[in-house]
Amino acid sequence: MGLWFSLFTVVILVLLVFMGVGVVGLNSLFGIVIPYVALLVFLVGIVYRVGKWTRAPVPFRIPTTCGQQKSHPWIKANNLESPYNVLGVMARMVLEVLLFRSLFRNTRAELRDGPRVVYGGTKWLWLAGLAFHWSFLLILLRHLRFFTEPIPFFVNLFESMDGLFEIGVPTLYMTDIIILLAVTYLFLRRVVIPQIRYISLAADYFPLFLILGVALSGVLMRHFYKVDIFKVKELAIGLFSFHPVVPEGIGLAFYIHLFLVCTLLAYFPFSKLMHMGGVFLSPTRNLANNNRMRRHVNPWNYPVKVHTYEAYEDEFREKMKAVGLPVEKE
Amino acid sequence: MSNVPKPDELMGIDHKPPKKGWMDVPVDFKPGTYSYPAKGKNLKILDMPNPREWSPTDEDWKLPENWKEIVREGFKDRLDKYRSFQLFMDICVRCGACADKCHFFIGSGDPKNMPVLRAELMRSVYRKDFTTSGKIFGKLAGARELTEDVIKEWFYYFYQCTECRRCSVFCPYGIDTAEITMMGRELLHLLGCGINWAMEPVANCFRTGNHLGIQPHGFKDTLEFFADDIEDLTGIKINVPLNKKGAEILFVVPSGDYFGDPGTYTCMGYMMLFHELGLDYTWSTYASEGGNFGLFTSHEMIKRLNAKIYAEAKRLGVKWILGGECGHMWRVMHQYMDTMNGPADFLEVPTSPITGTRFENAKSTKMVHITEFTSDLMKHNRLRLDPSRNDNLIVTFHDSCNPARAMGLIEEPRYVIKNVCNHFYEMPENTIKEQTFCCGGGAGLGNDENMEMRLRGGFPRGNAVRYVQEKYGVNRLACVCAIDRATLIPVCDYWAPGVEVTGVHEMVANALVMKGEKKRETNLRGEPLPGKEDIEDE
Repeated sequence: MGLWFSLFTVVILVLLVFMGVGVVGLNSLFGIVIPYVALLVFLVGIVYRVGKWTRAPVPFRIPTTCGQQKSHPWIKANNLESPYNVLGVMARMVLEVLLFRSLFRNTRAELRDGPRVVYGGTKWLWLAGLAFHWSFLLILLRHLRFFTEPIPFFVNLFESMDGLFEIGVPTLYMTDIIILLAVTYLFLRRVVIPQIRYISLAADYFPLFLILGVALSGVLMRHFYKVDIFKVKELAIGLFSFHPVVPEGIGLAFYIHLFLVCTLLAYFPFSKLMHMGGVFLSPTRNLANNNRMRRHVNPWNYPVKVHTYEAYEDEFREKMKAVGLPVEKE
Repeated sequence: MSNVPKPDELMGIDHKPPKKGWMDVPVDFKPGTYSYPAKGKNLKILDMPNPREWSPTDEDWKLPENWKEIVREGFKDRLDKYRSFQLFMDICVRCGACADKCHFFIGSGDPKNMPVLRAELMRSVYRKDFTTSGKIFGKLAGARELTEDVIKEWFYYFYQCTECRRCSVFCPYGIDTAEITMMGRELLHLLGCGINWAMEPVANCFRTGNHLGIQPHGFKDTLEFFADDIEDLTGIKINVPLNKKGAEILFVVPSGDYFGDPGTYTCMGYMMLFHELGLDYTWSTYASEGGNFGLFTSHEMIKRLNAKIYAEAKRLGVKWILGGECGHMWRVMHQYMDTMNGPADFLEVPTSPITGTRFENAKSTKMVHITEFTSDLMKHNRLRLDPSRNDNLIVTFHDSCNPARAMGLIEEPRYVIKNVCNHFYEMPENTIKEQTFCCGGGAGLGNDENMEMRLRGGFPRGNAVRYVQEKYGVNRLACVCAIDRATLIPVCDYWAPGVEVTGVHEMVANALVMKGEKKRETNLRGEPLPGKEDIEDE
């Protein structure tokens, strides 16, 4: 259900552009109003969501340790997996965010006759996840050339690296290919692996289709239904300098691409895509495992009803005295 | 165990989920897979809501009239108080990396035991009540109405999670199902839906100081009984300091260690070690429990039960606290105690009176793990050890979930074991250290009515033990957890028959050469020492 609904929704979104731009000619709506609204929703939404999380306290220090704690000087502590200081925490987070270290650990459990269970390493999810996210980032950075004048050196650098093999005119970008493959893999595993299909919701398929749509429309308008790049840049710079203009004749493919991007931006804060912000805040990962070294304060700690020693002794005093246990009150 | 099918029948499972969506599969309370509910009398002792007699198989669970409101408010309250909870409700991408990491999923094939789905049981209600998309799109957004069936499902599956945190090791965002299960159990407790095997220990612990309800004179008797056994074995009369004011160290153990075999041997091990060192320490009848079933109940209950340890340390005027071999007790000591009941500024930074080592890693909590203490003694050569006395043991080590994943206590117990026995073999790497598998009976599930589920949950551990048994002839499974010492016995009997369970300090005591001891002929279990059995035969 979730799969078809998501696919259908993305198709509708594309049709909306055909109608809106292709038939009715609402170029300003799709070129100016919607991008502004989407960006606003994205920014306000993210700030709101992250703000909500950070306002919630972290009452206890609950890191999941994946290695030897710091104890005796003669036992080598693992400051990456069981960080005991800020440096360790930062290194752990950097590896987590940039290299998906936890996912790298992934294993697969297989039931065999016997009965036995065996574990094998499995890195495909890690690889596809990493390929997808890094391509996405590089593509995003490459796009800066549309919004900047002069174009920053690193954008040109990425672009030339990305197009290293100079296949075709215009050059085919490696990241474009990688992101299409990775998204396809991530989608297929949702459909093919029974357990993953079982847990998948519309909220899992929709962003995949949306990103696939964004990437495909991008590739199509670069290589097949070519759009006027100079006009695109004119529009982009206009938007970012708050003097929006809609140049005539950019091409429909561009509007499809832009509208899908806008949908993604606006959808982002309401969805699981917020894992981007959340990963930095996860209390099992971003705290040092120094609970016994340093006191961690719970801001809402409150007194509770306890059974005091006095009450305990009152109940058991006679029995304690009978066996010669010391008591406070005779 | 008589009702439990044979291993190959039990494992006649499939990891493929059913065709029907999980929201349409109601919970089935199959005997052997759930725990009996908390008795009203135990809830009354603790002033907990809705004490009553009921059964999970009843149609009517006798929930309070305004139960929906209670759950909703409890949910909101916890979202506001715990960033972890809010975050873990929001950021899961359902990548499925956790799916096959749970021992209960591996052993039962029930898709709701995939950590991601166990969390979805709660997220679905969260979406419906606390998110706009859930309110608008309902089921399509993965949201569902809070109904009594949902409560029944929560009860079944949140008491089919041992809060071992193995899944969180693999999650790219560190989502910790234990946090979610803990919140779920807290909400269930607001309705009076707990399990008795957790709540009776809690009620006992609250009143008598330990889970088993052993009163002060009983505690004294037990320890003195052990002292007599030790005298028979070694010829040395050891003294049992109890509630001793002004002692240097307060020693706190899980009550499992002085209640049932083989924990009792571990307990005798502590006593022999401390006697040999001439340690100035004391036991306490009031703080006669380190284990804390509050962890399996609610955060508030953790604090209520844990409070007595610092209070007793203060009353007795000790300098610092030493803790025995226990799993979840150490999660509480390491991650909660100082925050909840500290600061322990009336204590000193723990310093070993034997070696002078200052335990900098415990300088705030002032509480040291026994294997940290003993490994330090061994490193400084302060013990006379004869590891050959354990030569009849071919040992492997089970990392208890909490010390491994909440503390990072990994090398200390191994160092101790390697010093006291000559034959040590590791289980496969995907099943040890931070990837260790639960015994299947943690978090309050170690009761007998739940045996089938325990054996299913214990399957990955049992399977790894079986592997080293076949490969190296392992016959002893060492661990540093009292729940393990109770629950791994049926797990081994079932999945790796012939392997027995031991605490680490039992083996220490066997190897310990005590001053003035008589010639030892047996180990603590009365088994002939290796090399001595021939003499008996002659």
